[in-house]
Amino acid sequence: MANILEVQNLVKNYGDFQAVKGVSFNIQEGEIFSLLGPNGAGKTTTISMLSTLYEPTSGDAIIAGHSVKKNPMGVRNAIGVVPQDLALYEDLTAKENLIFWGQMYNLSGKSLSSRVDEVLEQIGLTDKAKNKVKTFSGGMKRRVNIGVGLLHKPQLLFMDEPTVGIDPQSRRAILDTVKDLNKQGMTVLYTTHYMEEAEELSNRVGIIDHGELIAIGTQKELTKQVGETETLILHVGENEDPSALIPSLKEIKNVLDANVIGNEISVVTPSAKDVLASVVTKANERGIKIYSIDIREPNLEAVFLHLTGRALRD
Amino acid sequence: MLKTFLIGLKDLKIAFRDRAALIFMLLTPFLLTIGMGLVTGRFSSNDNSGALNIPIVIVNLDNDSLGNTLVEVFSSEELADLLETTTSQDAEAARLLVNEDEITVAIIIPEGFTQNIFSANASQSEEYQIEFYANPSRPTSAGIVKTILDGFMARVDEMRVGGITSVAQLIISGRISPEGANAVGEEIGARFENTPTDSDETLITLNTSTNQTQTNEVDMLAYIAPGMALMFLMYTVSYGGRSILAEKSGGTLTRLLVTPTNSMQILGGKVFGIFLTGAAQMFILIGATTLLFQLQWGDMLGIVLIVFAAVFGATGWGLLITAFARTPNQVGSVGSAVMLIFAIMGGSFLSTENMPAFVQTLSKITPNAWALDGFTSLAFGGNIASLTTPLLALLTMGIVLFLVSAFLFGRKNLVQK
Repeated sequence: MANILEVQNLVKNYGDFQAVKGVSFNIQEGEIFSLLGPNGAGKTTTISMLSTLYEPTSGDAIIAGHSVKKNPMGVRNAIGVVPQDLALYEDLTAKENLIFWGQMYNLSGKSLSSRVDEVLEQIGLTDKAKNKVKTFSGGMKRRVNIGVGLLHKPQLLFMDEPTVGIDPQSRRAILDTVKDLNKQGMTVLYTTHYMEEAEELSNRVGIIDHGELIAIGTQKELTKQVGETETLILHVGENEDPSALIPSLKEIKNVLDANVIGNEISVVTPSAKDVLASVVTKANERGIKIYSIDIREPNLEAVFLHLTGRALRD
Repeated sequence: MLKTFLIGLKDLKIAFRDRAALIFMLLTPFLLTIGMGLVTGRFSSNDNSGALNIPIVIVNLDNDSLGNTLVEVFSSEELADLLETTTSQDAEAARLLVNEDEITVAIIIPEGFTQNIFSANASQSEEYQIEFYANPSRPTSAGIVKTILDGFMARVDEMRVGGITSVAQLIISGRISPEGANAVGEEIGARFENTPTDSDETLITLNTSTNQTQTNEVDMLAYIAPGMALMFLMYTVSYGGRSILAEKSGGTLTRLLVTPTNSMQILGGKVFGIFLTGAAQMFILIGATTLLFQLQWGDMLGIVLIVFAAVFGATGWGLLITAFARTPNQVGSVGSAVMLIFAIMGGSFLSTENMPAFVQTLSKITPNAWALDGFTSLAFGGNIASLTTPLLALLTMGIVLFLVSAFLFGRKNLVQK
């Protein structure tokens, strides 16, 4: 598969602050690539540079053969953008919004009309086409927001945290839409801070933190970095201070790492069931009340924790 | 160009779907027009004239039939509510009254005016032309008087040409000999001179003229309606300006910037949207007052031109306010304040002629003042030529404000990446 996107050492500075620090990666045609990272990691800034909204301080990106620096119009014709926040005209109907945005993508006449109908069908809003967007639920608005990005059948679709702040049902619908689009051959660059979304959708994942791409690969490749480990999660009371317990947990045989994340203690080990009894005993000795225990297989959360020492939610 | 048009059209659609905006753009100016019409007695009787009482002095040095007729016309009952006419025989004293801002206009009819007009060798020399000595600080009132005088003079000219034509036709048809032409012409002139000026057969009257007499009727609404429309035009342009910042805060501006549409098309579209909305508002108000109150706005082409120029000038102000503001709410607040200040200064409530000289000077920065001059002139029978100054002023205002705003937008990086 050919690369549809090649990011070359992309940097964005705001004065003395470096928001993106030399990010490089490629996306192949037909894949879903997720940029996974916590809020403020540089995901939106990266996508803004790739969509020609911000000019990179240095570096470049080639999208469908067009440089974001030298030929931004060529890039804009090739990409579709679904921004993080809703960007719609609430006093216009869903159909009027799609028509307007289609016109901005140089569609007109019958091709515009048929494309608008197709997209309405695709986002499941054909029967609400003549309703004003302001009468829609948050999830429906999100679907129109996505529909706008699909109108001109872009070669590469940027989706910047499209599920933020919506109900689980709408979130499910959006994830299914992304998968459907990909099945139809659309290449997607998806940013999220939800590990589950990245795991479910992506062919490959790039983990970004503090403006740096710290890992890249398939989920399997990334979890291998953590090793064949399991993570034991202990949920403690809100008034507990489990940080004092960490050194004693690390002394337990076969405990590779232990961290406190809010009201949770995570213990990384090759075998959770072998260390479980010792961990509970240590907690009891410290007088820390455990409310529940989870055992997690290696996942992207664990990878992020392993690479940064912090949870994605931090 | 197409995208600019489409963005403008989209903004027009959105503006006319906003009920709150519609109330301010259309309903409020309409109701205020009715309210002020009631206060001024416009709707209280069949006589739709309002009192302006423009003070003028006619110096009749002619003391012959035409001079006397002109004095009678300006002193007639029909114009009593409009003009406060006094006569004099001292031209210098009359000019002095104008200079001292005591009166609006001095009309000086030279000696021998009638004789010259009806003589076979009618002279166009300045010696025989009526002098119209106007007060520059009262352009609207002066314009009204000028329009009436022009109507009178046009009628006189028609008559003179008609006499010459009649004599020529008599010669061609062989009914008189060329040698007898002079005598016949003098007879026509003599008959006219002997026509009683107060009879129904008087040839020189305002009401018997063609279309010009229609507009010469004084309707206070012709002043009130454009005044209110222009006041709320300022609301509309600030509403449009607010939409620029609303697009920015709402994310649609950012989204536009990642479509294959350049910044100039986007800004042009937003400006065009403001212009379209303002023009639509003005034409709807003009149409409504014409249909409902039988208000005569005047020459249609002139109205179209002055509306476009007024909206252009006002749009410039809307953009300037937007360029200085940081949030849509700031544009709304500042826009409302500017709307009221410009309405007061620009004569939307009270003619600028009744204001102190410095306010009159200051009023020239408002689109209201210039556009109101244009509308009033048209309502009182003026033609496109009479709009030259207001049109030029409004276009200049618009261009200057556009350039300043574009510079400020560039500095603020509003639509740039």
